[in-house]
Amino acid sequence: MSKFEFPPSIKSRPIYGTLEPRKGPAHLLIADAVGAEAIIEVATPEMMRTAHIIYIPKGTEFSEKLRALNPAQYYEGASYAASVSRIHKVLGDAKMGLQVYLAGTEGMMGQAQLEATNAGIPHSAIQLEHRGSVARRMQCVHCKGITEDVEVDPFVCSHCGLNLFVRDHYSRRIAAYQGVCIDAEDLGNVPPSKGIYE
Amino acid sequence: MTIQFNDETFRDDYSFHNSAWAIKRFPFPFHEDSYMYSVNMEQHRGGPAGSIYEKRFDVDEHYLSEMRDRAMVLADDPLRCQSLPHMTLAGWDLLELIMVSKSEDYPELFELHRDGNTWRWVNKPMGIDDTFTFLDEATLPYGPLEYITRQAQGDWCVLDQRDDNLWMDAGMVTTQADWSLDFDIGMNFFEWHAPVPLAHEKGIFVRALKFLLNIQQGSPARRLNWTMTVTPLLDTSPENYHKWGIQKTTLTPENIGQKQHLRVELQTFFRLPRSNALVFPIRAYLCSFQDLMTMPKWGRRLHRVIRDLPEELATYKGFIANRPMMLDYLSKFDDGLPTSDGIWPEFESEPPLKPSADS
Amino acid sequence: MSGAQKIAVTVTEIVPLNELVTRFKFEPTDGSLLPTFSGGAHTVVEMKDGAITRLNPYSLMSDPMDQTAYTISVRRDDVGRGGSLFMHKRVKVGDQMTISYPVNLFSLDLRAKKHLFLAGGIGITPFMAQIKQLERTNGRWELHYATRSVALGSYVDELTTKHPNETHIYYDDQEQRIDLKNLLDGQPLGTHVYVCGPKGMIDWVRKTATDEGWPREAIHYEEFLAPKSGKPFEVKLAISNKVIQVGEDESLLEAMEREGVDAPYLCRGGACGQCETDVIDYSGTFIHRDHWLEDADHKSGKKIMPCVSRFEGKTLVLDR
Repeated sequence: MSKFEFPPSIKSRPIYGTLEPRKGPAHLLIADAVGAEAIIEVATPEMMRTAHIIYIPKGTEFSEKLRALNPAQYYEGASYAASVSRIHKVLGDAKMGLQVYLAGTEGMMGQAQLEATNAGIPHSAIQLEHRGSVARRMQCVHCKGITEDVEVDPFVCSHCGLNLFVRDHYSRRIAAYQGVCIDAEDLGNVPPSKGIYE
Repeated sequence: MTIQFNDETFRDDYSFHNSAWAIKRFPFPFHEDSYMYSVNMEQHRGGPAGSIYEKRFDVDEHYLSEMRDRAMVLADDPLRCQSLPHMTLAGWDLLELIMVSKSEDYPELFELHRDGNTWRWVNKPMGIDDTFTFLDEATLPYGPLEYITRQAQGDWCVLDQRDDNLWMDAGMVTTQADWSLDFDIGMNFFEWHAPVPLAHEKGIFVRALKFLLNIQQGSPARRLNWTMTVTPLLDTSPENYHKWGIQKTTLTPENIGQKQHLRVELQTFFRLPRSNALVFPIRAYLCSFQDLMTMPKWGRRLHRVIRDLPEELATYKGFIANRPMMLDYLSKFDDGLPTSDGIWPEFESEPPLKPSADS
Repeated sequence: MSGAQKIAVTVTEIVPLNELVTRFKFEPTDGSLLPTFSGGAHTVVEMKDGAITRLNPYSLMSDPMDQTAYTISVRRDDVGRGGSLFMHKRVKVGDQMTISYPVNLFSLDLRAKKHLFLAGGIGITPFMAQIKQLERTNGRWELHYATRSVALGSYVDELTTKHPNETHIYYDDQEQRIDLKNLLDGQPLGTHVYVCGPKGMIDWVRKTATDEGWPREAIHYEEFLAPKSGKPFEVKLAISNKVIQVGEDESLLEAMEREGVDAPYLCRGGACGQCETDVIDYSGTFIHRDHWLEDADHKSGKKIMPCVSRFEGKTLVLDR
């Protein structure tokens, strides 16, 4: 449940798969909201012996089930921002062979993936499974501000106030899609917003 | 010949202009009367005397004004020049390539004196005379990439090569055709080209990548690419699109000849020796429609190319809305006579424009 | 034109290192400077051996920043087709030779937080240049070098003297082995492993690292295959409209070049993919030896890498 079929898109947009257990001396699993379900599905007793689960509930109730997996370490963060210093520390201490599993929203996965690639893991070696909200993390190409959880296109930049349309062009380094002014050639002519995938 | 540098602007009053010499050597990008993507690569080993292909890095009458414009763009937005940490060695490679090439190709303008790692670089047009230690960043006012590309026309993408792909990991990009280095830095070849329509389906990028991965030291390559731009604005960046986009709507049948510019990119590719990276300079040349029309062959051909271009390409290149007005203007310079093969204007042999019946 | 740009050089020094390995030094014949290069690059050396011109790739092992000379080390192969024997027995100081511009198919990943080098025998050569590059640019590295014996340990003294903390030597005849699993275990995130040596060693390192959860992008290897001798065979080249004979001691690529057919190449060792050639028709058996084509391509009978692969049978028609 709660898996969304993304329509085909351009080559810079991330592609999400289904988490699978991989061999490695240690496992880092990060999920937000219903992403917990993907962790529960991929977890094996062997993996859990050397696993560190970082979970951001966002009001969901998966804590008990995740704890019941009996991972070596378990942490619940109040938000991604609250968890990031811990993620950073875990990756900084990690050794080659660490397997990283990310599940949940695009915004969380993109930011956690960036931490992992900065730590030295190639992006293609990091597993991602999308679950839950299809809202996008958007960067305004004009003011560079990030607007989180954008569900409609066009939308208003939360920093500079320009009307932006939602591109499929995605930057792993910024962990966001690109938003570009929609009425630059005809000021004020902004079509009504609709859902990004409508 | 001695280059007379123009004093001109690419913003505000747009005093940019091409001399008769610059028009004659303009790299008109269409070798036939139609256009479709292709992997149109050839070796970059000189070309006809005086042509933009002759030297490794062409210096022309716009040099000083373009460098002045670049400095203004960087002052407003330093993110236009970036280099990921592992690309510093490639930056030094590029600095060496440009300094060696320019001092050999334009000895009257540039000098490079090397004594071991102590290098003295003289850029006469820009009034620069700096001594620094090669491979020591502390001895230059900027990183090596930024230092040298503040003195070299065109945009510069420095691509790391690994895992059978090329990665946009450093660059100086201030005269771009609507793409953002800050957004695209770190992407691979397919990702930064993702927004380009049709070419992926045609397998263009797979073949182009294969070609580029195999470019070797001492064997640079080149191709032309093109787009359209209203007003000779160099900084057609997405960052500032909300400011310049409106200019596209200022075309009228009266001003189109002077305002509408064909923008041609000479793209070259050099393997960098110490880093094994690939540098991809994108040198933009602008020419107004009215200047292009002084060459009968280009007038005939441009009309036919723009008329027959697939809609997706006209949209991607950003002139779909203005295409009808362009065609009204260009059709007056197309009398239906055949054109010769190749891009050169052939002013002597191409027949002059036949006056059309209604004029 | 095929291959990289050429450089005319003079052999200025020949140093036998031990029973099997000899080092050659090349300086530009016209007194100019050589191009700098990146560690891991090779040069293709042209050997005029009577009617045959052999083109063999050798890793550059000199300092990549040194533009006055290149050095290579050649291991004598007594059962090979004669390229290394030619270098050992026929090349003299003062000889003029042609080499190619440097080509790198084994470059460092400069993002690596640490470079872990594993060398077997003559596989030490690319690392000699990479170590010099990293020393110059403050890179972090560690070398584990397995060689047959003290007597055959080329450059062991140089490495252990200059880099005692980074260099680890293993002598086969003293039953010393690289404890690979333990070595890989505990390397910091962002380490890249590089292996150059015999095929068995490369396969062992790739498999062990993969089993330990190392990403594909962090595992680098270089194996040059020398073309092997084999039964002579006949090939029809469709585009050039020629029928040519491939001799016992030459490769299909060399036979095409002898007949003036321009075929692209870079590595001449089955690795770079440049000489990939379409098969139009055949009746017989391919002897594929490259590691460029996929298994499915090998089985398809539609492609061949003429630099190292051969053919036995009645008819072979190629798209060249």
